[in-house]
Amino acid sequence: MTIKSTNDLFALKGKIEKEKFELSQKTQVIVYQGTCGYASGAKGVLDTLNTELHERNLKDIVVLEHSCMGCCYIEPYISVTEPEGISTLYGYLTPEKVTQIVETHLMGGEIVQEYMVDINTPFFSRQEKRITELLGKIDPFKIEDYIFYDGYQGLSKTLGMKQVDVIEKIKRSGLRGRGGAGFPTGVKWNFAYNTESNQKYMVCNADEGDPGAYMNRAELEGNPHAVLEGMAIGGYAIGANKGYIYVRAEYPLAVDILNEAISQAKEYGLLGNGILGTSFDFDIEIFLGSGAFVCGEETALLASLEQKRGNPRPRPPFPAVEGLFGKPTVINNVGTLANLPLIMCKGAEWWNSIGSETTKGTKVFSLTGQIARTGLIEVPMGISLNEVVFDLGGGIAGGKKFKAVQLGGPSGGCVPAEHLDIPIDYESLQDIGCIMGSGAMVVLNQDACMVDTARFFLEFDADESCGQCLPCRRGLPLMIEILKRISEGNGEIKDIETLEDIATFMQKTSLCALGQTAASPTLSTIRHFRKEYEAHIIEKKCPAGVCKDLFHYEVDEELCNGCHLCALKCPEEAITGEKKEPHHIDQDKCIKCGNCYHACKFDAVLIK
Amino acid sequence: MQQVAAPLEDERAKTLEIIENNNHDPKRLVKILQEIQAELGYVPEIAQRLTAKKTNTPASQIYGILSFYNFFRLFPPGRHSVNVCLGTACYVKGAENILKEISSRYELEPGQTTNDRRFSLDFVRCVGCCAIGPVMTVNGKVYGKMKPEEVKDVLGEYK
Repeated sequence: MTIKSTNDLFALKGKIEKEKFELSQKTQVIVYQGTCGYASGAKGVLDTLNTELHERNLKDIVVLEHSCMGCCYIEPYISVTEPEGISTLYGYLTPEKVTQIVETHLMGGEIVQEYMVDINTPFFSRQEKRITELLGKIDPFKIEDYIFYDGYQGLSKTLGMKQVDVIEKIKRSGLRGRGGAGFPTGVKWNFAYNTESNQKYMVCNADEGDPGAYMNRAELEGNPHAVLEGMAIGGYAIGANKGYIYVRAEYPLAVDILNEAISQAKEYGLLGNGILGTSFDFDIEIFLGSGAFVCGEETALLASLEQKRGNPRPRPPFPAVEGLFGKPTVINNVGTLANLPLIMCKGAEWWNSIGSETTKGTKVFSLTGQIARTGLIEVPMGISLNEVVFDLGGGIAGGKKFKAVQLGGPSGGCVPAEHLDIPIDYESLQDIGCIMGSGAMVVLNQDACMVDTARFFLEFDADESCGQCLPCRRGLPLMIEILKRISEGNGEIKDIETLEDIATFMQKTSLCALGQTAASPTLSTIRHFRKEYEAHIIEKKCPAGVCKDLFHYEVDEELCNGCHLCALKCPEEAITGEKKEPHHIDQDKCIKCGNCYHACKFDAVLIK
Repeated sequence: MQQVAAPLEDERAKTLEIIENNNHDPKRLVKILQEIQAELGYVPEIAQRLTAKKTNTPASQIYGILSFYNFFRLFPPGRHSVNVCLGTACYVKGAENILKEISSRYELEPGQTTNDRRFSLDFVRCVGCCAIGPVMTVNGKVYGKMKPEEVKDVLGEYK
């Protein structure tokens, strides 16, 4: 069936509504499986569920496979929705637990309280789900599910408007690029629109490379059509009829889902020639990135699309004026594009009714690291980091102390406890030497050494530097050398100043954003954790117990009750002591693996 | 690293077929090379030379692409490809200890293949499974919340 008009779209929606209603008369079990769901055993859960239902002849129960809705910490998880609409979420599942749920809940009609996940916690209640709303709610392999939730209506409205009015609407919404830099989307479009050319391009940047960031993967796996629709809206606005999605080859499931989504949209005539009966043609092609972090930078991404090495080039000319194959090209992040159908459908005023003064709307973050509840969260801009880490995230896992939250990956910085009350928006974060970034939020506890963290990011950037320009190519190894020296106890106090000098030089003189921001994690750790650098340099101590040359483990004789657990965990047999007597660590044998430190339940193993 | 090539003629035929399917199009260079690697497990020199010739592209440009992107391999991989994620979230949860355990157990550094070609080891910069770190993948299958002592059992399954 081809959809030739807005009326056709509504007619199809009506038809799907009927089917959905019939489905809602039955008990539905949804198994949530994104990439990390699979890794956590969702497949085993699904298989067990199907087998149990089959063996017990429970034919009326519908099993649906949806993508992850973001509460990754309870994986693998399922939900049971009964005909009355009551829904129960079960988490931390195993095949055995599924059998029990089938017996007690699906057959017996009683909720298994033990495995139920409380959705009244802040992790669920404090979120403002907009672009992630349909994640887990729809089957990503079915375009009908998206259309049921008003999918492609934003595009339908767009095609009835003038191009300039569409751009004006996006400008009025205040939408800023979700990839990290926060450039106003409408302004970018305007550049491309105003540039005369016989060919223009719309590119989706799905080269999500920041370690710790996976919201783009989840968005593509959960609701691919929102991105396709967003691209078509952008394409119409700037006058492009060709789009590319540059997606990482490391995301095979997202690629499969995208391919299927494109072919379904084409079948319905929502992509391709004469979309919705208008004269607008728009086609989308998928391009697989081959693993180069720098290709997240827009000019490098374009070079890569042109089948070359992903070397960035100087700007201007900006891609919106001279981009892919020299033609005007708009490059938007996945999250930016997913917001477009909502703005076009529900209006700019609805969209910007939440957010902070300078930054409107919501932002999706991936909350990871040493935090109790890991997962994907969508929160209004302007919410404080404190609320995110301690309310939504549930604080630090395992009763340890909070140290910092790392934002923006290798281009970002670390926020210490004293700044946790600042609101999340582009400007506030910049004020404390940090960036919003793509949305990676990695929480660090007391066991993280900030010198080591700085070195980790520098090594990442050095690995990924394209090597074209000198400040980045040479600056990074120089900084790593100094940090290595400091972590081995051979640092001098003037090293801190040298690090700052090189960092500032790189910021000012590197060709692209990778080099310009590569030193940011180091600068932010110096700024907020200078004492820790000084401890490494002056006292020759690593307070967190990470830099192996600068600490040793000792057993506190008062606290040790001789349970012997540490000795059992020691791979080198370096710990001796009689049961119920204080133990002792032989420093010559100790390899500082930390097993004893983590094993001790009485905090009797100390870092000295 | 050990190099054991598949039969040369086989590599040649498969490469030519892939180039043919892509219409010798230099605009599909990266796709051609990705497909060659998917077929052969790596991009051997013969495939590089053939691609250069048939798409009318300088061989240096082909090599430039292959050496630039982490994804491409220039040497034959082991039967099982093991990747340890060293992204931030995995790193703070102890991913380095997983890598060290594999390295010492199989006498294998990242980028290398064991002498019996059973495993090749590498690290990656994030597979997007940050919520269940530390993560490693074997032949693309993701293993989450890894502990060093579990390495033996997981890899023992792969002969």
